Amino acid sequence: MGRLRLRGLGCAPLDPVELDIGPGECVTLSGPSGSGKTLLLRAIADLDPHTGEALLDESRQTDLPGPDWRRRVGLLPAESTWWGERVREHFPGAPDGLLEALGLDPGCLDWGLPRLSSGERQRLALARLLSRAPQALLLDEPTASLDADNAARVETLIAAYRNRHAAPVLWVSHDATQRARVADRRLSIRQRRLVEETP
Amino acid sequence: MSVIALSPTDLGICAGLVLALAGLSHRLRLGLGRRLLVAGLRSAVQLGLLGMILRFLFTQAHPALIALLALVMLLVAGYEVVARQQRRLRGPWSFGIGTASMFLSSFTVTLLALTVIVGPDPWYTPQYLIPLLGMLLGNSMNGIAISLDQLTRAAWQQRPVIEGRLMLGQDWDQAIGELRRDALRSGLIPIINAMTTAGVVSLPGMMTGQILGGSPPMEAAKYQLMILFLIAAGTGFGAVAAVWLGSRRLFDERQRLRLDRLAPLKAK
Repeated sequence: MGRLRLRGLGCAPLDPVELDIGPGECVTLSGPSGSGKTLLLRAIADLDPHTGEALLDESRQTDLPGPDWRRRVGLLPAESTWWGERVREHFPGAPDGLLEALGLDPGCLDWGLPRLSSGERQRLALARLLSRAPQALLLDEPTASLDADNAARVETLIAAYRNRHAAPVLWVSHDATQRARVADRRLSIRQRRLVEETP
Repeated sequence: MSVIALSPTDLGICAGLVLALAGLSHRLRLGLGRRLLVAGLRSAVQLGLLGMILRFLFTQAHPALIALLALVMLLVAGYEVVARQQRRLRGPWSFGIGTASMFLSSFTVTLLALTVIVGPDPWYTPQYLIPLLGMLLGNSMNGIAISLDQLTRAAWQQRPVIEGRLMLGQDWDQAIGELRRDALRSGLIPIINAMTTAGVVSLPGMMTGQILGGSPPMEAAKYQLMILFLIAAGTGFGAVAAVWLGSRRLFDERQRLRLDRLAPLKAK
């Protein structure tokens, strides 16, 4: 179970945000570059100083140590970063089924990082996040460097994950057709506010 | 054996060499002539003053005066650590962390050397205290300055990696651990190199001085060895303290990376 609630959450380019995302609900977010989409995700993950409060079920962000909160509210950044020599070092254990679901070669865990293409990195970053079983997902353009087939795999995997774990999802996407496919509710940023997206 | 005193003419000849180098630098348009002269003049004034102060201290040996000189040396070293940072921590932190780490390491090691190892009477005899403290401060200053500079630079450049680790729920200690180890390695390499080549490639300054001053070579070697070990310990422990405190300061109570706590790039 999980319900993500933002109570007057304020970060630089946005007015304080009120938002509820229910268990298993997928809310998409769009808006021009620089309108504050990424900064909003960062504030929810508590990576930047901000005002207001975020809650996951009854747990307040400020009641939990930062790392605990970020383990529960998983942020997938637009650009993934890697620090080890091999892919495997970035996973807590065996990522059961995740690699196959994303169309990745299970042997890629033993690959060196330089060998990965940008599309492989993006999918591996998602697998790396999901293998830690966060209770809520914040996704920053998770399919930006993927072809249509792999984008579909990502969409399917995320849909399965939020159904199985009743995880709320906030998904930043520039692709209107994707938003139409995946969203229960579509929001966009207009004049510093989150509003219902209009076609 | 006694020291052969240097006359003003002797020093004048040496200074002439530096003047000649400055002239050459001017001809080659290296743009260093002026800085060379200023640095030479500074060293002459500073060492002359130090000689006078020490002569006075050695006759007085008053604890308060010695403490005052030690304090001045510490503060200047702290200032120097700050000056060598490309991206230093804002506010009093850079100076505070550098000075506190040097105080912890250099002063404790000097105290240990004076009370347990060398054992002059009284322990604060300035002939021993001031040179020992000077060497320890000078070297740990280098190690701490290099380590802190490396740490803050790397944190700035590798922000996405550190934050990527935070996003996966790692705590600040894990997220910056690799950078901290790198910073410490950089700070400790100079003293490790110094120990490696001591006596083979380089004749260390202190030993040279003692031999010129008429000490038996074996005694000079033993003193040099003691100093090298003390410097290694002082530099190492000081750098560990500085890097730990510095890296802690890069994160706030929510364990967020706070690069806004670094001052903007210094124009060079």
